[in-house]
Amino acid sequence: MFPSQFEYHRAASIKDALDLLKQFGDDAKLLSGGHSLIPMMKLRLAQPAHLIDVTKIAELRAISESHGKIVIGAAATHDTVANSDLVRAKLGLLAEAAAAIGDVQVRNRGTIGGSLTHADPAADYPATALALEAEIKLDRDGGSRAVKAADFFLDLMTTAIQPGELLTQVAFAPIPSGTGYAYLKYPHPASGFAIVGVAAIAALDRSGKFANLRVGVTGLGPKAFRATAVEAALAGKAADAATIAAAASKTADGVDALGDIHASSEYRSELARVYARRAIQAAVARAKA
Amino acid sequence: MRVNLTINGQPRGDEIEPRLLLVHYLREVAGLTGTHVGCETTLCGACTVLLDGKAVKSCTVLAAQADGASVTTVEGLAKDGKFHPIQEGFWEEHGLQCGYCTPGMMMAAVDLLNRTTNPGEDEIRHALEGNLCRCTGYQHIIKAVQYAAEKMRATAGR
Repeated sequence: MFPSQFEYHRAASIKDALDLLKQFGDDAKLLSGGHSLIPMMKLRLAQPAHLIDVTKIAELRAISESHGKIVIGAAATHDTVANSDLVRAKLGLLAEAAAAIGDVQVRNRGTIGGSLTHADPAADYPATALALEAEIKLDRDGGSRAVKAADFFLDLMTTAIQPGELLTQVAFAPIPSGTGYAYLKYPHPASGFAIVGVAAIAALDRSGKFANLRVGVTGLGPKAFRATAVEAALAGKAADAATIAAAASKTADGVDALGDIHASSEYRSELARVYARRAIQAAVARAKA
Repeated sequence: MRVNLTINGQPRGDEIEPRLLLVHYLREVAGLTGTHVGCETTLCGACTVLLDGKAVKSCTVLAAQADGASVTTVEGLAKDGKFHPIQEGFWEEHGLQCGYCTPGMMMAAVDLLNRTTNPGEDEIRHALEGNLCRCTGYQHIIKAVQYAAEKMRATAGR
């Protein structure tokens, strides 16, 4: 299996990449780790005439702290994110989700920007980006814009990125100390993709009630989503097992659940309810009242 | 297009088609057939090599992406006619039967051993999740990595 023919371009800078994007338009695809794109090209599902490799752009690989936010370059690999001292200290949820992606070889190549852009419904990062309310920076010729994770995922493998735009970085507010979090998934045994994955962040008030709860779900529907019904059902409520279980039973409500040879839509829905309950409980167990 | 890279310490450059995958470049252009083609779908790990020290599945990397990089294949493990500890481990602990997965398995293990020479069994299993073996049931492979880790600790402590 090998891809159809294409011309390969190595972008030296963000500007260079944007210029190439402008020049080749719809005939071009951006290449970073290539762990979503190259498999699609081998299957000839994608046959771009031009590949623009952005991997060597140093500023796309950086992880830094700036204006109170943790900023991760789009071409930072999952392995880099999982092992970054800064991410581990201030964005533990993201580090844990990155460490759970695929296998070590995939983590050594795959990138955060590539994963978010590909928007695979079974990818791990989207649920985490939603729960962490990430801000996604899109550069274009002559400007840039920031898109909230909640507005970024539109449908199956479809995002808010417009032609000519390049995802350059993802910004996160650090997780406050005392706030608990967990990312739990039921992985496909061969690929490691999430059949269902749930990211939960929970802050408790002094009486042990939910002061803040955000739940992101991946794998269940055509796109990752915030389980707002579950969040609303637990707002201000006691963080005990029965209350959490009752709220988590709403996780799949109103979702057009995917079904395939790995898991029927009914089974996926049940997995989502169970994993939401477990993820919220795990987050609560790590939160300090 | 032209790629220049280092394979097992030897610099080389070649004219290639942009769509050439790294695994085919290594096998068919560089003549290093120790790296195996397995599933071709990023799942089985038979094609694992080190790219700048990190384990990657070379069926899902373009040779073009390895330009300027340092690649280590299974042929680069032994030094001065002596086995790398991971090769010795697979030999001593019977870590293979048919041997098809073995080069990739060893390269993934080397990535782990570069990170820690004191991995627990869970860590070894986690590190080898991307490599499939149809023969051994994995037990002897785990033992082979443990053997290598112990040997590397002993050598480092000397």
